[in-house]
Amino acid sequence: MKFTLSWLGDHLETEAGLDEIAARLTMLGLEVDSVVTRASGLEEFTVARVIEARKHPNADRLKLCRLETKDGEAEVVCGAPNARAGLKGVFAAPGSTIPGLGTKLKRTKIRGVESAGMLLSEREMGLGEEHGGIVELPADAPVGAPVVEVMGLDDPVFDLEITPNRGDCLGVRGIARDLAAAGLGTLKPLVIEAVPGAYESPIGVRLEFDPAQRPACPYFVGRHIRGVANRESPDWLKDKLLAVGLRPISAFVDITNFLTLGYGRPLHAFDADKVAGDLRVRLANPGERFEALGGRTYELDREMTVICDDHGAEALGGVMGGARTGCTDATMNVFLESAFFDPVRTAATGRKLSLTSDARYRFERGIDSAFQVDGMELATRLVLDLCGGEASALVIAGEEPEPRPEIAFAPERVATLGGVQLPTAEAKRILTALGFTVGAGDGALSVKVPSWRNDIVGEACLVEEVVRVFGYDRVPAVPVKCAGALPEPALSPEQALRATARRVLAAQGLMEAVTLSFTASKYAEQFAPVPESLRLVNPISADLDVMRPSVLPNLIAAGVRNANRGLSDAALFEVGPQYAGVGPAEQTTAAAGVRSGGAHPRSWAEASRGVDVFDAKADALAVIAALGVASGRVHIEAKAPAYYHPGRAGVLRLGGGAAAPVLATFGEIHPAVLEIMDARGVVAGFEVFLDSIPAPETRAPSAPPELSPFHPVARDFAFVVDKDVSAAAVLAAARGADTSLIADAQLFDVYSGKGLGAGKKSLAIGVVLQPKDRTLTDAEIEAVSEKVIARVAKETGGVLRT
Amino acid sequence: MENLEGLRDEILAAVRQAPDLGALEGARISALGRKGRITALMKELGALAADERRHAGQILNALHDDVTAAIAQRKRELGRAELDARLAEERIDVTLPVRPGPLGRIHPISQTIDEVVAIFGEMGFQVAEGPDIEDDWYNFTALNIPPEHPARQEMDTFYLPGAKDGHRLVLRTHTSPVQIRTMQERAPPLRIIVPGRTYRCDSDATHSPMFHQVEGLMVDESTHFGHLKGCLIEFCRAYFGIEDLPVRFRPSYFPFTEPSAEVDIGCSRAGGELKIGRGGDWLEILGCGMVNPKVLENCGVDSARFQGFAFGVGLERIAMLKYGIADLRTFFESDLRWLRHFGFAALDVPNLVGGLHR
Repeated sequence: MKFTLSWLGDHLETEAGLDEIAARLTMLGLEVDSVVTRASGLEEFTVARVIEARKHPNADRLKLCRLETKDGEAEVVCGAPNARAGLKGVFAAPGSTIPGLGTKLKRTKIRGVESAGMLLSEREMGLGEEHGGIVELPADAPVGAPVVEVMGLDDPVFDLEITPNRGDCLGVRGIARDLAAAGLGTLKPLVIEAVPGAYESPIGVRLEFDPAQRPACPYFVGRHIRGVANRESPDWLKDKLLAVGLRPISAFVDITNFLTLGYGRPLHAFDADKVAGDLRVRLANPGERFEALGGRTYELDREMTVICDDHGAEALGGVMGGARTGCTDATMNVFLESAFFDPVRTAATGRKLSLTSDARYRFERGIDSAFQVDGMELATRLVLDLCGGEASALVIAGEEPEPRPEIAFAPERVATLGGVQLPTAEAKRILTALGFTVGAGDGALSVKVPSWRNDIVGEACLVEEVVRVFGYDRVPAVPVKCAGALPEPALSPEQALRATARRVLAAQGLMEAVTLSFTASKYAEQFAPVPESLRLVNPISADLDVMRPSVLPNLIAAGVRNANRGLSDAALFEVGPQYAGVGPAEQTTAAAGVRSGGAHPRSWAEASRGVDVFDAKADALAVIAALGVASGRVHIEAKAPAYYHPGRAGVLRLGGGAAAPVLATFGEIHPAVLEIMDARGVVAGFEVFLDSIPAPETRAPSAPPELSPFHPVARDFAFVVDKDVSAAAVLAAARGADTSLIADAQLFDVYSGKGLGAGKKSLAIGVVLQPKDRTLTDAEIEAVSEKVIARVAKETGGVLRT
Repeated sequence: MENLEGLRDEILAAVRQAPDLGALEGARISALGRKGRITALMKELGALAADERRHAGQILNALHDDVTAAIAQRKRELGRAELDARLAEERIDVTLPVRPGPLGRIHPISQTIDEVVAIFGEMGFQVAEGPDIEDDWYNFTALNIPPEHPARQEMDTFYLPGAKDGHRLVLRTHTSPVQIRTMQERAPPLRIIVPGRTYRCDSDATHSPMFHQVEGLMVDESTHFGHLKGCLIEFCRAYFGIEDLPVRFRPSYFPFTEPSAEVDIGCSRAGGELKIGRGGDWLEILGCGMVNPKVLENCGVDSARFQGFAFGVGLERIAMLKYGIADLRTFFESDLRWLRHFGFAALDVPNLVGGLHR
């Protein structure tokens, strides 16, 4: 919302300075985007008169203009078609900077003739896009006078961001009212003089709605004005519009714009001679066509309000006028419309047709429902003053919308909700200044809402009005303290799991990524079937068209992007959502990661190696262990989802058996999947499903470890087993051979090849025996060793390697 | 026994001058070995008279002790020299880089969430959550944003094909639906914060189709606008670590709050560089207000009895301001160089006891 300081002054009597006004506007909730003094950069330009304009000797399109300037005569070269003798223009002397060009003007020869300055267009002045000719100043502008004064450019322009609830501040008067309520001056009275009707309007108006649809346009005020001359507006009006970025067009258009910007009251002017029969307001017929001002044709539907005559739709209610009945310079009789259109319907119409206008902007936010007649009288007066003619009596159809409801207001709510103690009288003063009618008394007050405040619906709104105008900055801040001396934990156990998983994976050496919750369907489908329900209706791009079924594809894609930048050793993880369906329970949280390239940076101290399945397994196990799942409860299964390498992947379950919950998957990603995703080399990945991690039990501290004083004994064994016997089976057998003595068994070597025979491998394990009450004798150690050998042989067919 | 002094000097000299451990052992054997010279003299003692024997014995024992001590001394010296020589031999280039260790980092968004939770946690707020896929009742209607409301139209909403109970499915455009879910599930008093992913169908230098917000909600029988100010002023100052950070509440409009405010913090833009703190200028940072009674009623909360405040903060925005990150989109690009630069060490867990800021 743009307006000038002088325009504000039309409504507000104030001593306040520019900065004070701007600061208060912002603190009233009318946020000041900018205050621009358009004069800046234009101060040196002065009025010059063209004494003589003749053709440039060496160029057909250029002219030589002899000027009378503040420093005497000067000759400039000018290309403008409107340069002519007698014209008063904007003179830029050599050495001045041309704002629209950003260059400093030099005395130069143009086609062999020296030019001692320049006459400027609007664009060159940085005031607009107009570049069809040079600026023409009023004939009475004194030569040598600063053009900022002549053009009124020293009037500062405010640009406010008006929130959608404040339709009343889409007119300068509403803004002035807020400032006056805040004590920044006095709202000047608005004097409405009814123009007496000299005759009955030849054009009638009918509202043709079913009762249910009557709110679409409940009230229509019209007026016929005959014998007008639609001429150029006077400077005061043109200047106002120009200052806020509107192009003056003709008196009729300019007057409606003036009412729109000054009072938030959009109007429309029909050329009365082009209107066939009476005007009727109704909902459009399906498929009805409407040619708007500007020439574009729209196809309408039954939800849109039109004003039509015998020819059809002549205006789209609340949005735009039509081309056929638009005013031109030749218009001699005009029919003005000042109606109330339903905000919701207006908004929907504009949106469906992608049609924006200053009128729609105001109607959809809600205009003053009691200003139809006043707006009409103001506009009529202006038309008569600027264009002559005589006005008919008002044509009124329908009834003014119901007044706004009264609201019960307990003044103490300013303190109990608004947080500031304020005398009731001050609350009343503020509300009254804003146009509310406040009932008498000190207890609960009955407050009548003004017709221009459709945003006020309850007591809380009134509290806001009082506190807003009083000043949010004057509300004392009160600390929020937790209920007891110490706060409860902020995180639930499940939330804490996620936080821990993050920290563990970063400690494992992975970089945390946060990738989008969408992915490309062609990637997603490699990981899980994507139901139709998870395909976005309006994706931002084809690469981000589905909700991700797994975190892995985005991490793999991130790895590829890094590899394409030369960073092929990637270790990335993400703790985030994945989606199996649209229900809240079908969104689960995974801690997933990928590693690619080298397992660690090249080093003088360690041999390089590429990542493999065991890197991913280590990451998954680290998370699970840190989340409090005892390693004994984690069962490893050598099969995994199809997006992993079938022979290099596994599943970690909570307990044995096919029904046990899956805690994690890990493995090298299937090369076919990698190929689709343009990933090179081995990528090892894992997913830990955090929602499957059992909640940490709240329990008594676990039994302390037995700290035996006796020296443990270590014995190594190498077993030859069939190739498909798992290391886990051999270790489990060894551990189970004597649970009271065997404290641990670890695998330290795997060998296959020479000396073992085909289909065989050797697994070397170290077994630790921990006596508890005495030192073991050789015979006892020997006995346990025999048990280990026997048990491994029984469980796995393993034979002690000799 | 006559020339013991000469013998003593001779043996001690041999010991002290022994060039290595071998020579020292030779000297020991020649003095104290079975056939050593002192041993031989000891053997002669038996032939002496008792008085003389005692006297000579004392002298010989003293000599024996001195030689033993000298050998031990020389042994230490030679051992040390040998060790020195070995260590000199073992010298390596300590400027060699260390063995590669883990290089993991925590993403700045996660760190920012942890910081925010740490601050509000001290004020008694607990973290609540809700689904990313919502229906438009939770995302809009319940929050007092009717279908044709400009505020609903201005949000660039992502839609999914389905509907639930006649309400279109959307990706939540803000974390506010969790206000609704929480109030439906639990009775006041309530203090929750909701960090989470949010979505808008928009992508350019300052918009990402996904970003993060943290929502706050405090509802009880007496919380008023002054508490809202106290809570958020405290938060802004703690988060940015600036004790005297100016914080300004400016009237604004949100359908779900009444009164509503936007919060600005002090900054300086001198020389084109944005600096948070006292500096005469303002920077918008979050939106807030008292929960609109209609929202309470939509959740089945008695608005005549209960009231409170709500707020929403863009997490990327406050992270960008605090950590000097220029481009919103970089948060989600997973560029390893960016993550290494802006990421946080695994053990750098924010809390107020140790101070939020490293």
